[in-house]
Amino acid sequence: MPASLDLSKVATEIRKEVIKMITAAGSGHTAGSLGSAEIFAAFYFSILNQDPKNPDWVERDRFILSCGHYCPAQYAALAHAGYFPISELKTLRKLGSKLQGHPVRGTVPGVETTSGPLGEGLAQAAGIALGARIDGKHFRVYCLTSDGEHDSGNHWEAVMFAAKYKLANLTQIVDRNSIQIDGGTEEVMPLNSLTDKYKAFNWNVIEIDGNDITQILEAVKEAKTYYQGPTVIIAKTIPGKGVDFMENDYRWHGKAPTKEESETALNELK
Amino acid sequence: MINYKATRDAVGEALFEKGLTNDRIVVLTADLKESTRVNSFAEKFPERFFDCGVAEQVMVTVASGMANYGKIPFVTSFAVFVPGRTWEQIRTAVCLNNVPVKIIGSHAGLSAVLDGGNHQCLEDIALMRSLPNMVVVAPADYLETKKAVIEAVGNRRPTYIRVEREPTAVFSIAKSPFKIGRAETLWKTRNPKVAIIACGTLVYEALTAAKELEKSGIDTLVINNHTIKPIDERAVIHAAKITGAVVTVEEHQVMGGMGSAVAEVLAKNFPVPMEFVGVQNSFGESGKYEELLKKYGLTAKNIIEAVKKVLVRCG
Repeated sequence: MPASLDLSKVATEIRKEVIKMITAAGSGHTAGSLGSAEIFAAFYFSILNQDPKNPDWVERDRFILSCGHYCPAQYAALAHAGYFPISELKTLRKLGSKLQGHPVRGTVPGVETTSGPLGEGLAQAAGIALGARIDGKHFRVYCLTSDGEHDSGNHWEAVMFAAKYKLANLTQIVDRNSIQIDGGTEEVMPLNSLTDKYKAFNWNVIEIDGNDITQILEAVKEAKTYYQGPTVIIAKTIPGKGVDFMENDYRWHGKAPTKEESETALNELK
Repeated sequence: MINYKATRDAVGEALFEKGLTNDRIVVLTADLKESTRVNSFAEKFPERFFDCGVAEQVMVTVASGMANYGKIPFVTSFAVFVPGRTWEQIRTAVCLNNVPVKIIGSHAGLSAVLDGGNHQCLEDIALMRSLPNMVVVAPADYLETKKAVIEAVGNRRPTYIRVEREPTAVFSIAKSPFKIGRAETLWKTRNPKVAIIACGTLVYEALTAAKELEKSGIDTLVINNHTIKPIDERAVIHAAKITGAVVTVEEHQVMGGMGSAVAEVLAKNFPVPMEFVGVQNSFGESGKYEELLKKYGLTAKNIIEAVKKVLVRCG
């Protein structure tokens, strides 16, 4: 499918930007940003009904980034999609930059919410979805969450809330990369089986390979046809994807590469 | 004869009235529909009312999303839970997000009475006034609470309104001036030597104290400082200038409360001797409202003592 081939290239571009940005900043969250590149490519270059030139358009689909530490990937996707100049990406985490270490609403066109403290994004997405439904709006609300933030009570409260109000216009994508800062998710605070948990909470569950763009597009299409409540797409990804020495190593969760490591990584991503 | 009515009652009535003409208003509660008096709104506008269960964090964060989208959400619970339990959600998802969520903290101060220290909230002003973008209001009576809620509907800012469970004196009238951010002088005798700056329902105690003090020849000024943030700096400085001494009065911890806000303004602009009537670094306990106010030093008698004490310090 040609579209997905192009999107793969976009994902690679996002990865390169992520490496460059985090290296220049000297800090940031590398693993999740690399692992979710296909998700950002699929949303900002195919799925979302948005207009980069009119980021506040009322009828736009909303993309809520709950795991704010993934913002290097989001910033890269937004810049490449035309929300702001690509040249600004190098200002990540610098004093006076709009590209804050974690996203702040109102500073970056296309960033819908302030995020970073985990477990709060899905509820905000549910609030937007509920507001839209009251007004009979037809746009869709997407929320990207990390698996690590499923440790949080606020998140599960939102899972219950969205199910209670049968928010069929809400789709959550869980980046199931199985790592968090302190180690593997199953060691720090076991989450398995996420699928069974979501089913028990009355969500429609779709499981995919989150590094496969075709599967992402198909899953979102399927979610749109489910009218009885919210859908969660559990997207299994490889943290650090695309850079051999970073893949599946939790120590890259919140670490920046050195200049040498960055060069090695960029060579690999060519 | 003065009427007694709980400020929490005003919340439900104001939301019901405004709900009739403003369909952007939505109301959320956390299993406390009746206690927070939003049951009338819930019955009239079921499509705009959301019960989140015993889950205050999701209530605040859902409200953040609704405000982000364009609704005017009011979240209601006991102050000990909202803002108490949800301070970080209010900080990040409401204030840093800068979306106009309206927070009603009920049963504030000692007014959760018999439920005890567990449910009384003496820290909410401190929690809320430290947050950028937040407006903090402690209305003085039932009528003023109605006005505060109505103004909050349209002020486009994150706003915290603190209300109480227990019936308290309704001493203002419909025409009494009220504007968020503007302190009002309610009492001034000829040559006031002390300014009593109060907020919340203890403003009535301050007035009672001022009346008593006048009888014993002590002239005072009483200011209703209902808005703790943004504080009316001009009014506070002016009061200190014309009197030379200040007593603050609040049903809240002295640490970090309204009195602290007044002290910050005066220390920088016009330092004068101050005394603080409030709860002195302790939790509350079960008891009747009058018993608790007495035990924790929040009555007219305590205000009179504080005025006399500050006058001694003035020499």
